[in-house]
Amino acid sequence: MSKVNIKIEGVPYQVEEGITILQAARQCGYEIPTLCSFHDGECSRGSCRVCLVEATGARGLVASCVYPVSEGMEVKISSPKALEARRYSVEVILSNHASNCQACDKNGRCELLHVAKLVGAREDMFKGEKTETTYDELSPSIIRDTSKCILCGRCIVRCEQAHGKGVLGFINRGFDTIVGPVNNISLAESPCLMCGQCVSVCPTGALMSKPEYDAIYHAMASGKHVIVQTAPAVRAALGEEFGLPIGTPVTGKMVAALKRLGFEKVYDTDFGADLTIMEEATELLNRVKNGGVLPMITSCSPGWINYGETYYADLLPHISSCKSPHMMQGAILKSYYAQQKGIDPKDIFVVSIMPCTAKKFEKERPQMIKDGIKDVDAVVTTRELSDMIKRAGILFNKLPDEEYDQDIMGEYTGAAVIFGVTGGVMEAALRTAYYVLEGKEHDPIEFKEVRGFEAIKEASLEMGGMTVNVAVTSGMKNAKVLLDQIKDGTSKYHFIEIMCCPGGCVNGGGQPYIRHCFLPNENLDIIDNYRQKRADALYSEDERQAVRQSHNNEQIKELYDKFLGEPNSHLAHELLHTTYQGRDTFRVGSVTQKESEIPSRVRGHRA
Amino acid sequence: MAHLNDAAAARIKEICDSYAHEKTPLIMILSDIQNEFGYIPVDVQEAVSDYTGISVPEIHGVVTFYSLFSQEPKGKYVIGCCLGTACYVKGAQKVIDQFCEILGIQPGETTEDGLFSIDALRCLGACAAAPAVTINGKIYSRVKVNEVAGIIAEYRQKGGEA
Repeated sequence: MSKVNIKIEGVPYQVEEGITILQAARQCGYEIPTLCSFHDGECSRGSCRVCLVEATGARGLVASCVYPVSEGMEVKISSPKALEARRYSVEVILSNHASNCQACDKNGRCELLHVAKLVGAREDMFKGEKTETTYDELSPSIIRDTSKCILCGRCIVRCEQAHGKGVLGFINRGFDTIVGPVNNISLAESPCLMCGQCVSVCPTGALMSKPEYDAIYHAMASGKHVIVQTAPAVRAALGEEFGLPIGTPVTGKMVAALKRLGFEKVYDTDFGADLTIMEEATELLNRVKNGGVLPMITSCSPGWINYGETYYADLLPHISSCKSPHMMQGAILKSYYAQQKGIDPKDIFVVSIMPCTAKKFEKERPQMIKDGIKDVDAVVTTRELSDMIKRAGILFNKLPDEEYDQDIMGEYTGAAVIFGVTGGVMEAALRTAYYVLEGKEHDPIEFKEVRGFEAIKEASLEMGGMTVNVAVTSGMKNAKVLLDQIKDGTSKYHFIEIMCCPGGCVNGGGQPYIRHCFLPNENLDIIDNYRQKRADALYSEDERQAVRQSHNNEQIKELYDKFLGEPNSHLAHELLHTTYQGRDTFRVGSVTQKESEIPSRVRGHRA
Repeated sequence: MAHLNDAAAARIKEICDSYAHEKTPLIMILSDIQNEFGYIPVDVQEAVSDYTGISVPEIHGVVTFYSLFSQEPKGKYVIGCCLGTACYVKGAQKVIDQFCEILGIQPGETTEDGLFSIDALRCLGACAAAPAVTINGKIYSRVKVNEVAGIIAEYRQKGGEA
């Protein structure tokens, strides 16, 4: 790339040709306020008009997120004209924005509020009509409140990337424009995967995960035996909410905080992950041995399950029948654990701390509820957990490191920890499959072929006298490639890992937001490598574990000896496996149905 | 998608394929479908998405952006009242209000007998004829409020005839 000479505020710099003014300014040490631009241009459309600057050679002010630098350009970020224009832009956005900031869940993480302060926005500069509001809380995972939407379009771009086909789009025109699924139906009635990737990019409170605090506090107050379990990816990111550098593992502090929040037991979902490997590896080997449906696809990611059920119903037999790890653990808590402790399963309330919003939906699936008892009662995202900790007045960074409860399901292996990153489930399964087929552990323990953030990773491994072909992918756009191969009959794989969120659970829709403006101490490239840093936190915990293969987890062995029998046993199937069902895409009625007859299940119009 | 009958699905595929060589075929495809079927409901938008690879939300965005496209079946006679600047200053608002009052529907709606729909249009480009009204493509120039009843009666008389 050739370089060009530019000046910012009169100071000369050399920057790459073709990059935007916003990117160039960032490299030169300036942060121009912006709302629509995200991840260095990923979603830039120049739509919010907040990043206006003066640039020579341009007519009037330009949106720096889309305007490229050129030789000899002189950029003025803080000229009176630019400052005033940016202030007006934000004030116009605020004029059509709900002003109940103190009651907004985004309070403290809101980019609009942050930018309003930066530009010095004045109160009620432009008073007038407001666009009619849709408040959609029917989805168990995501709340859409159009009164807070600034029409930046980030969610639309991210949804199409993560989902492949896309659910969210602009609807209508001009002042009536809103963002939503077709005909402004509820997300619950759309083919939304509930992955929460839209939530993770929304600059305001327009798209938020649906909190379940009240159910938890109520369960505690009513004397239930409230148990909490934490997914692997949470420990790699929770620290960010307390100002710790990205990639700081905070397992011990997280456990200490949960104990102080009043949970009777604090367990690691990694136990459930080890159990998943025992069940899933056995299922795979049985399919290979008995000529079952191959390739088999992992089932840990509820976002992916939602996608498969909607768009690839004919491929459902390929998906492992295993429940996801936290659902397995919930099922064991309400059966084996209840039995061992002499507690009525009805009195047990299981909370899962997850990096994921789709898990909120997953726990409500009818297949996950037996005799009116849910496997898991509440799901809390990483962000929501940090809010609970702050609400309780706990100074997280001052906490000592504490250990998970060790009884019954306290042990977990390194194989389970890496479930939280793309390729992790595959690697954990390979460690155990190799042992089963070869009668000895793989040396080295790791299968590094399936690590990394490439769109599709593949490997061919020799074990037990056969070649096992595996593939790993994340993001449904990438998964579609592998799924179409299966449909065409050209898939060469035995086992495929699919995660809904690009990069796996470390980048889940419930994880802390990554924003330049809120991370002043991180390097500029954090946007490109935060997933790697969170993944490294998990791989390093794997390396620190004494036991690193699921089949060597002593408490898992005990669970099979005392209770389940063997992997894929009848009881294991009853408790730990599930079924899938095809479903419609946009549930908006038949072709002859008038729009006006479509039942609108989007709940009312909040003033 | 499951709700479309085979003939309709085949015809929509044909329309999509006929623009396969175009870089940005969406508006042309939707115009053809609108003209032929009279409306573009979500099922059809999904079919177009399947045949073109353009996402459903993007297609829906275009359908809801342009007043030319409708998601509901239109009446036999589609009355388009121009509300562009020139027509507006020449009293187009009163003309459209009169159509609405006589037919008892709002812009974007269709009468119960399926005979008439009213659309509020942006500029037709026929400013010399302001205020302009189109009915199934036929242009009425310099329409006065007291002419509206007569125009409606004319089409009522034609009624269900082809």
